[in-house]
Amino acid sequence: MTVPVTREQGLEWLRQMIRIRRFEERAAELYQLGKIRGFLHLYIGEEAVAVGSIPSFTHEDAIVATYREHGHALVRGTSMDALMAELYGKATGCARGRGGSMHFFDAARRFYGGLAIVAGGLPVAVGLALADKMQGRNRVTACYFGDGAVAEGEFHESLNLAALWKLPVLFLCENNLYAMGTALARHQSQTDITAKAQAYALPAEAVDGMDVVAVAAATSRTIDFVRSGKGPYFLEYRTYRFRAHSMYDAELYRTKDEVAEWKRRDPITTFEQTLRQAGLLADTDLEQMESRIAAEVEEAVAFAEAGPWEPIEDLKKDVYTHP
Amino acid sequence: MAKITYREAVRAGLREALQRDSRVFLMGEDVGKYGGTYACSKGFLDEFGPERIRDTPLSESTFVGAGIGAALGGMRPIVEVMTVNFSLLALDQILNNAATLRHMSGGQFSVPLVVRMATGAGRQVAAQHSHSLEGWYAHIPGIRVLTPATVTDARGMLLTALQEPDPVFIFEHAYLYSMEGELEEGPPAVDISRAAVRRTGKDVSLITFGGSLWKTLAAATSLAQEGIEAEVMDLRVLRPLDINSVLTSVRKTHRAVVIDEAWRTGSFAAEISAQIMEGVFYDLDSPVARVCSEEVPIPYPKHLEDAALPQPDKIVQAVHTLLGR
Ligand SMILES: Cc1ncc(C[n+]2csc(CCOP(=O)(O)OP(=O)(O)O)c2C)c(N)n1
Ligand SMILES: [Mg+2]
Repeated sequence: MTVPVTREQGLEWLRQMIRIRRFEERAAELYQLGKIRGFLHLYIGEEAVAVGSIPSFTHEDAIVATYREHGHALVRGTSMDALMAELYGKATGCARGRGGSMHFFDAARRFYGGLAIVAGGLPVAVGLALADKMQGRNRVTACYFGDGAVAEGEFHESLNLAALWKLPVLFLCENNLYAMGTALARHQSQTDITAKAQAYALPAEAVDGMDVVAVAAATSRTIDFVRSGKGPYFLEYRTYRFRAHSMYDAELYRTKDEVAEWKRRDPITTFEQTLRQAGLLADTDLEQMESRIAAEVEEAVAFAEAGPWEPIEDLKKDVYTHP
Repeated sequence: MAKITYREAVRAGLREALQRDSRVFLMGEDVGKYGGTYACSKGFLDEFGPERIRDTPLSESTFVGAGIGAALGGMRPIVEVMTVNFSLLALDQILNNAATLRHMSGGQFSVPLVVRMATGAGRQVAAQHSHSLEGWYAHIPGIRVLTPATVTDARGMLLTALQEPDPVFIFEHAYLYSMEGELEEGPPAVDISRAAVRRTGKDVSLITFGGSLWKTLAAATSLAQEGIEAEVMDLRVLRPLDINSVLTSVRKTHRAVVIDEAWRTGSFAAEISAQIMEGVFYDLDSPVARVCSEEVPIPYPKHLEDAALPQPDKIVQAVHTLLGR
């Protein structure tokens, strides 16, 4: 595990990872209580990816993510209140409660979802980047997707088009080794995902997605590449999901040993150790951090509980701008 | 009044759109060097350059999706999907992204995208190139579906569509590109919310859209020779549907035939028929009739293709049946 540059930076990364973890642990409890319904895909285990990468983008840059996007939105800066309210389906949520867990949106932060069709965000990201290029804006579009997406036609079409037109998009594959229950090797003839990107003449590399420092370093370096007008770049984050695909599954597709092995590489505990060993983290730092986050989570729950439901009269609002 | 072809009308609309607004660009398969599959963008690559006239790879899903992204990013893309037959590869982007984003984001994002495509049968291009699926698209809330049948609409609907903040899909019947028509006077941009009466009559309402308009008008002409005055209603816009104009006409004529080139089962004609029943059931003197395509993949030989599609004589016959003749 690489050591962060400053104490401040290290503590911030740790704090953000713990925020995501505690937010989601609470969400899982609320799910058991029936407060949150539908699909709830937890990011637990993968926090280093969002935390290391998202802050490397400027406020002008765009983010396109998947249904497993709680962490991305939190780190991007959408308030935990608005996100928890969205999980509840309340009108005070970040999409007025209409999307729930899979569909976080935040126009002010150029957060374009929360898109739940596997690989469906790639073409949209390509288009956002095209608009920037055509309007001469020096912005980058970040496009997150899972390893499952590489099997879809849109993955291949989008990489090709972005490379062909030299568009400022950063393709960010969160490879957690499984698409639901299907391991990469069981659905891909070529399991080296970067090789696929290279086939479309994209520069591509893989990075340890359990190491927040490595994620941050690789992401900001590749953002610089894209921002300098050299075209798209492809990053694969090697990571692992600790929980079920959605709230429940029997996890027949992997062994307990495998999960336990990966948990030894938990991005939060390992980073905590690294910080301690480097003398950058004291017990009191952690206690303070945890108690502030606990308060933030409870406030978010209270906010969500207190929020109103969107009135049924507004059901058809915003199907069209001018109905 | 100037006579021009439908193809020239589409081209004039596109050209004007590109001249008016620097955010507008055209993207699709063979829109540039080739000049457009139906020659609607001939010469544009030279006139507007490769930044604004973009030849794409054969990647329907991705270039439609990129149109959505570019629209979100402040551009006004016109995406040409070569024909409706290939648009199925882009259905995911259309249904799950273009149509949902505004509502699902709680009104935060809208998608000012225009997608054009050729549709329809009648050119002996067989089963995989003869689909009429605009009725499928009209099923989807969140998008607008236009079916210009006249040269005035072919030019003008595009211009109005580009003013819309939401996705608009324009279906140009491939059979019409070579048809000549008179360009009506008036501002080029036309209304895209109302149906139009193309011929007035009192005995029966013939309700149709797109390529079938001309067959329906031909049927009305021959009915007139027998003394039957048919009113011909061109829906123009399938979603949001101007059902009130249809109901007004049926209230007057008490009889309706819906003509639709799609297969009968689950067709847009079925929707019109249902809405007439819901709206003016007690004004009807007979059940609503439909003239649609036969339920077969459209065959290649001319005699079989003709037999599969709505034709003026079939429309005339349907009217005769309604009137008990
Ligand atoms: C086009 C499509 N097919 C199937 C699904 C159902 N589905 C939802 S998530 C998922 C697995 C995706 O795996 P991956 O891309 O690796 O993302 P992860 O869940 O691991 O983050 C599947 C098959 C879907 N949402 N979209
Ligand atoms: Mg996966």
